[in-house]
Amino acid sequence: MALPQPKTDTLAARLSGLDLPGDSGCLKVAREDALARLQATGLPARRDEYWKYTRPETLTAPEVVPAALLSDRDTPVFDDIDRVRVVFVDGVFDAEASDDLTLAGVTIERLADVDARDIHWAKDLYGVLETRGQTPVSRPLAALNTAFATDGLVIHATGKAARPVAFEYLHRNETSDAHLHHVIKVDSGADVTVLEDGPAAARFNKVMEVDVASGGTFHHVRAQGRDHERRAATHIFARLGEGSVFKTFTLTMNGVLTRNDCVVELTGDNAVAHVAGACVGDGDFHHDDTVFITHDAVACESRQVFKKVLRNGATGVFQGKILVKQGAQKTDGYQISQSLLLDDDSQFLAKPELEIYADDVACSHGSTSGAIDEEGLFYLRSRGVPESEATDLMTLAFLAEAIEEIEDQALADDILERLQAWMARRRRD
Amino acid sequence: MAALDNTEVRDGVDRETVETVQAMGGKYKYGWETEIEMDYAPKGVNPDIVKLISSKNEEPEWMTEWRLAAYERWAQLDEPTWAMVHYPPIDYQDQYYYARPKSMDVKPKSLDEVDPKLLATYEKLGIPLKEQMILAGVEGAEDAPAEGRKVAVDAVFDSVSVGTTFQAELKKAGVIFCSISEAIREHPELVKKYLGSVVPVSDNYFATLNSAVFSDGSFVYVPPGVRCPMELSTYFRINAENTGQFERTLIIADKGSYVSYLEGCTAPSRDTTQLHAAVVEIVALEDAEVKYSTVQNWFPGDENGKGGIFNFVTKRADCRGDRSKVMWTQVETGSAVTWKYPSCILRGEESQGEFYSIAITNNYQQADTGTKMVHLGKNTKSRIVSKGISAGKAQNTYRGLVSMHPKAKNSRNYTQCDSLLIGSECGAHTVPYIEVRNNSSRVEHEATTSKVDDDQLFYCRQRGMDEEEAVALVVNGFCRDVLQALPMEFAMEAQQLVAISLEGSVG
Repeated sequence: MALPQPKTDTLAARLSGLDLPGDSGCLKVAREDALARLQATGLPARRDEYWKYTRPETLTAPEVVPAALLSDRDTPVFDDIDRVRVVFVDGVFDAEASDDLTLAGVTIERLADVDARDIHWAKDLYGVLETRGQTPVSRPLAALNTAFATDGLVIHATGKAARPVAFEYLHRNETSDAHLHHVIKVDSGADVTVLEDGPAAARFNKVMEVDVASGGTFHHVRAQGRDHERRAATHIFARLGEGSVFKTFTLTMNGVLTRNDCVVELTGDNAVAHVAGACVGDGDFHHDDTVFITHDAVACESRQVFKKVLRNGATGVFQGKILVKQGAQKTDGYQISQSLLLDDDSQFLAKPELEIYADDVACSHGSTSGAIDEEGLFYLRSRGVPESEATDLMTLAFLAEAIEEIEDQALADDILERLQAWMARRRRD
Repeated sequence: MAALDNTEVRDGVDRETVETVQAMGGKYKYGWETEIEMDYAPKGVNPDIVKLISSKNEEPEWMTEWRLAAYERWAQLDEPTWAMVHYPPIDYQDQYYYARPKSMDVKPKSLDEVDPKLLATYEKLGIPLKEQMILAGVEGAEDAPAEGRKVAVDAVFDSVSVGTTFQAELKKAGVIFCSISEAIREHPELVKKYLGSVVPVSDNYFATLNSAVFSDGSFVYVPPGVRCPMELSTYFRINAENTGQFERTLIIADKGSYVSYLEGCTAPSRDTTQLHAAVVEIVALEDAEVKYSTVQNWFPGDENGKGGIFNFVTKRADCRGDRSKVMWTQVETGSAVTWKYPSCILRGEESQGEFYSIAITNNYQQADTGTKMVHLGKNTKSRIVSKGISAGKAQNTYRGLVSMHPKAKNSRNYTQCDSLLIGSECGAHTVPYIEVRNNSSRVEHEATTSKVDDDQLFYCRQRGMDEEEAVALVVNGFCRDVLQALPMEFAMEAQQLVAISLEGSVG
């Protein structure tokens, strides 16, 4: 057996040839700090507790494993929604393909432009929530991102956004290695929805920092593209003020490796955080949802709803944690993770954790795994529904609880439609 | 239990529960010390100490080698840090690894020859070492028929077994029940075959240390088709200061046999901490059934968190044969730090593992406990019911693994773990690992009281109860079920525990 490589070696290899971008801009200090954090923790390795079920090697190696481009491109998921389109091609902002970035209630800027300036509000947020999210569990890929991300958007919502902001991530280069970093600030009483769609790159590392002030509202719906060989490590770091609302939903269809970290801190009383995800995996597919929700204020509510449908050897991972700090009384925490294994080769690995230091709380979690309900299947077939269709119907019903977490019906319909298309395609294959 | 007296208890937590927890964690009843002259091995652990322990037990050479190999391995290992327990670093060289009452220098041939001081110690603990005596403190025991009351006891005092009762009667049934040191001498073929086969020498830091330095413990062999005629039990008593206790228990249930085994443990109240690292191995062959029950009542430390036992225990059962069954029941109320995961390897087809646990922590106690159910064989079943209660400034963690291997088709697991917090300065945590690698198995993990059986709820509600009442009834009934799984000898503790309700529980 080969001995595991020391962490310092892997890190040195990864960093060789990488230079910190922007030598004088306002984000310089944040980037240097991030690099120091990364050097202190090293890159993730299999023996790290939160990388037990997901192999990080292809995400940390200096070289990108090439990812073939999909021949039958999907139309953007949210095509029917009136939105501000922001297009990134292999992690680089494409101004021509994007809409005009003027939007009532919201200021949208490019990270590169912000970085070139001496003073900007984003300086007080860039890397700040990521740093907070490094304890108690380190997230080295996020620190790597903060240090080296060259592009991304800086969004400031000051009122109710007239339209959602939609990021479209196009993948056109088989060996692209993209780092995108978005910073989103939602002012008190402001309300903005961010949509994300597309495979982004052969290897994609994304950080999104979301700071929601008291009474602010942030909605996020994303569909991670189905380019089969793409690899992605994404992170959301959110901080919620008093009475604010944060809701995120992710649909993942295929992709050889996806690791989605979501770190939410409820710091103001009565804040609400919902984190949901549905994933369908077929064959060589590994999908990992790692969620960490910290209750640090009174009477906050958090919900985690994750559903995974797996077949032909696909692997689904869920690592979710609710941490209720001392004094965070009247917390309402809920967490459910369920998998539907459509055949004997697929696997579901879960670690649904609770860590509670307050006595007046209602926290519950559940986790189940099993095959499709034979009785339900039989019922549908006895009514003349062909087996494959019946399986799809049952699968959709299983995923429904997660999709229902999307508040906006039009967005939920788009997600459902995309899922149905995916299933129809599988049925044909 | 000063810590609880002024605690404000929130609505929904049963007052009776609080009082029971208070009573249980109140004055530690077993904190006295027996004044007796002891022989100690020099402090610290090294190959010479390992050899010394081996020679004190008059072990054959293969056993000494086995221990030395374990020591070599241990010297290379690091102490694990993943558990949610915090304690000052343990100086492994500042402990006695072997302590024996002087009067045990010449092994007593029968219980009549045992030092009366030792006998008195056990009598005071309510564990009579005379065969005609009934167990003290068990309500209703006086009225029970004589046959039903018999319990064979192996009494372990610090590093040695003081005596084992009912050996002759058990022998008639073919059951071997003796100290492990005796088994190594008298039944080497069985020990050689099974020792370390369930918990390998290199299993983990504490098990490896135990393999090197275990001084005594119990050995049970139940031959094919025999239903052990009485309950077997081991009572562990730590008495000497600065002394670690490292006992080893090996239970082999041959084809179609049945045995119920009880374990109890106490220690004097001291303000220095003491180390206890035990290993229990159970082998269940075809159609065999083993019931293993523990009431762990080591000294928990005082109300300021001073002293107490550091309890690092590895317990594992190997359900090797088809249709074998192992049931772990534990009531954990003692120890300053508990690190304990009684587990089942479900290797045989249709084998079953069950784990019922009630862990109560108070003051500064910390418990990280749970189970592993590893499903390897087809149609295997496991059930986990864990109730954690945390009060004062204590931390209580459930940590468990349910693993369904690809070949464990049509297997089933059900896990329920509830926690209850009394007071705002304690913590309750749940760290379950769930690994499902085939789709014909079903795994369910839940931690809510509202998820009680719908049919039962419906039945209660139909008879006019409101939902809350119905849930309380069902949950309480369920809790009682767990407690009734405990043998009568633990009835005293169990009777108190029945008063505990988990209405205010969180997942």
